[in-house]
Amino acid sequence: MSKNPEFVKFDKVDKSYDGKVLVVKDLQLDIAEGEFITMLGPSGSGKTTCLMMLAGFETPTHGEILLDGNIISNIPPHKRGIGMVFQNYALFPHMTVYENLAFPLRVRKVEKDEIDKKVDKALSMVSLNGFESRMPAQLSGGQQQRVAVARALVFDPAVVLMDEPLGALDKNLRESMQYEIKHIHESIGVTVVYVTHDQSEALTMSNRIAVFNDGKVQQLSNPAELYEKPVNSFVAEFIGENNTFNGEVVDIDKDKCKVKLANSEILANPISVKSKGEKTTVSLRPERALINPTDKMDNMFSGKIEEVIYHGDHTRVRLNLLGSSEFILKVPNSTSNLELKVSQDINIGWNSADARALDPK
Amino acid sequence: MSSETKQILTTDGIPLEVSLKKAEKKNKIKAFLLVAPLLLFLIITYVFPIGEMFSRSVDDKMITNMLPKTFKEMEKWDGKELPSEEVFSAFYYDFKVLVEKQEHGKLGQRLNKEKNGFNSITKKLFRQVKRKKIDESISIKEQVMKVHKRWRNVEYWQAIKRTAPPYTMSKYLKGMDMYYAADGSIAQVDEDRRIHRILWLRTLEIAFFVTLFCFLMGYPIAHLLATLPMKYSNLLMICVLLPFWTSLLVRTASWMILLQQQGVVNDFFVMIGLVADDNRPEMMYNKVGTYVAMTQILLPFMVLPLYSVMKTISPSLMRAGKSLGGTPFVAFWKVYFPLTIPGIGAGCLLVFILAIGYYITPALVGGASGTLISNQIAFHMKQTLDWSFASAMGLMLLSGVLVIYWIYNKLVGVDNIKLG
Repeated sequence: MSKNPEFVKFDKVDKSYDGKVLVVKDLQLDIAEGEFITMLGPSGSGKTTCLMMLAGFETPTHGEILLDGNIISNIPPHKRGIGMVFQNYALFPHMTVYENLAFPLRVRKVEKDEIDKKVDKALSMVSLNGFESRMPAQLSGGQQQRVAVARALVFDPAVVLMDEPLGALDKNLRESMQYEIKHIHESIGVTVVYVTHDQSEALTMSNRIAVFNDGKVQQLSNPAELYEKPVNSFVAEFIGENNTFNGEVVDIDKDKCKVKLANSEILANPISVKSKGEKTTVSLRPERALINPTDKMDNMFSGKIEEVIYHGDHTRVRLNLLGSSEFILKVPNSTSNLELKVSQDINIGWNSADARALDPK
Repeated sequence: MSSETKQILTTDGIPLEVSLKKAEKKNKIKAFLLVAPLLLFLIITYVFPIGEMFSRSVDDKMITNMLPKTFKEMEKWDGKELPSEEVFSAFYYDFKVLVEKQEHGKLGQRLNKEKNGFNSITKKLFRQVKRKKIDESISIKEQVMKVHKRWRNVEYWQAIKRTAPPYTMSKYLKGMDMYYAADGSIAQVDEDRRIHRILWLRTLEIAFFVTLFCFLMGYPIAHLLATLPMKYSNLLMICVLLPFWTSLLVRTASWMILLQQQGVVNDFFVMIGLVADDNRPEMMYNKVGTYVAMTQILLPFMVLPLYSVMKTISPSLMRAGKSLGGTPFVAFWKVYFPLTIPGIGAGCLLVFILAIGYYITPALVGGASGTLISNQIAFHMKQTLDWSFASAMGLMLLSGVLVIYWIYNKLVGVDNIKLG
């Protein structure tokens, strides 16, 4: 079965609530059938608005949203056949788990036997068999969450929207639910549009991630590419940890450029700089800088340790390097651990290919 | 098993329960002292008056105290034939004491309520006693029977005997248009004189419809209040509360201005040609006026509990209902409405109970066909001064409210009431 690469399509969508500020600007986004796509961004970046427009609770100010080739902007929410998991679960508190799950089937006038079968299947999918007669208030947060997921899937919708569904859970439960949702997605192949502001959640679960900021998609790519190759300094900053240097390009080559900092020069990978004299922010992931590197690296500097923080599986080291005292290193916890002490001087090295010269902050 | 039965001790060896009680005793006393003034206030202003009302409504001691000897002798009387000489003489001596205290008139009035004609024959007897015409050395029975032929009628003596118990339910029966017949059985008053039953039914009817109107009008308002943005909902809230802050009398008076035959509403109807100028409908001094004014006045009592419940319903529930495929109506009816039932219950109970005892508005705009039982109570308080009857009806109203509360509890469950 060939999958439709434009199963959900946002075509030049603008949205404004007050006629003064655009919350979503010229959104162009294609979502493939069966894909797990995450809209990631800080609050107020327009990601939830996009979700609400897709669900039908908000109308685009301009542009069209297409579902499987049909324009859906004028179809009311209840006719769109899109499942939705809400931030606070939105389980109906006066109905049992069974009635909650049966609701979308009953309004579709499904036969009683069929309803029983489907509810049973959906509950076993989230491993909650035997909870049919419980009220939502009698369930734990994680169980309520699973009921909400099951309810959004029980009527076999083509698309399921999830609006920060794990926000209210504690850390451990959140992580296990991430895997659970991911596995459900893999086993039934439904298209999922997921909204979150938690980057690790996005990286764990998604096929592709759309990073939102200021009403625009900053970058749309798979998790690895997003982390390894951020296209601008917002994405670099928002996804994962990041050491930054602000400076000016003094020399530029095809795949290398020299950036002048306050009182030194580093080599970097020119991503969004084109010519000499441009201002730039160089971004470097903490785990890409090594202590006393054995390989030959084209950036080698010496810095003073300011702070050592033990994190169990790794140790974070804050250095004073190249005039900045905010340089972070991540040292994995291994048997050959170095002796790291505050105010000790150490040598640091990294490859210019990992230092991405992006747009200035 | 053994761990359950074993007593848990504190480190000092005192049983834990004893220790806990001791530790909490001080707090309990403090808590009680805090509520003590309120408790005292409630006892003085609520429990005591209700008790007083009850005793007044059944009290019939006056006559028991007036004729102590008579009633003592009457215990032996079978109540079928004319009483014996002892009863007559006991009655005569009791009466003589009353004449000296000048209380014989009260006796006549009280007995007259029991049976018509007592007033004149006690007056006649009074004159005979006053002039010392009764010779105490011969049969008193013969002499008393000669005073008036009614003294020879056994029905009058039966009436006296009926007044013997110090307590009576007759006021309650009167409130239901019933009375004790001559033979002591309960009888209904003539059909054309059954005024109280009409009033009770009308009170229930008006309270029911006022509740219904308040619900129909209050529900959308409360919903709007709960869902509008803060800016507008505050303004609307003030509009709802404004009548609350206006004097009840002023509000009722303004309805009188609006609803009277030459009033604003009628003028408007004539202006738009809805009714002819010489055929203006009467909207006041009847049920219409009572309905309109009471609904407006009681509306906030419906809106506020509904609002406070609706405020707690997450808007995402309606959205969930819609996104799962329910039409807006289905989402409302299956999801939103059931969640507002606690508010509906609280609002309806509040409005109904307030409406059932409403007084001032029906008194002013109700006219003859729009007055309620509370107006009747007030009438007996102020005009006839029959306080025991007013008390009896007040208690009947109170027990009616309790019955409604009980029915409501059976149907909906009081736990489901939510005022905020």
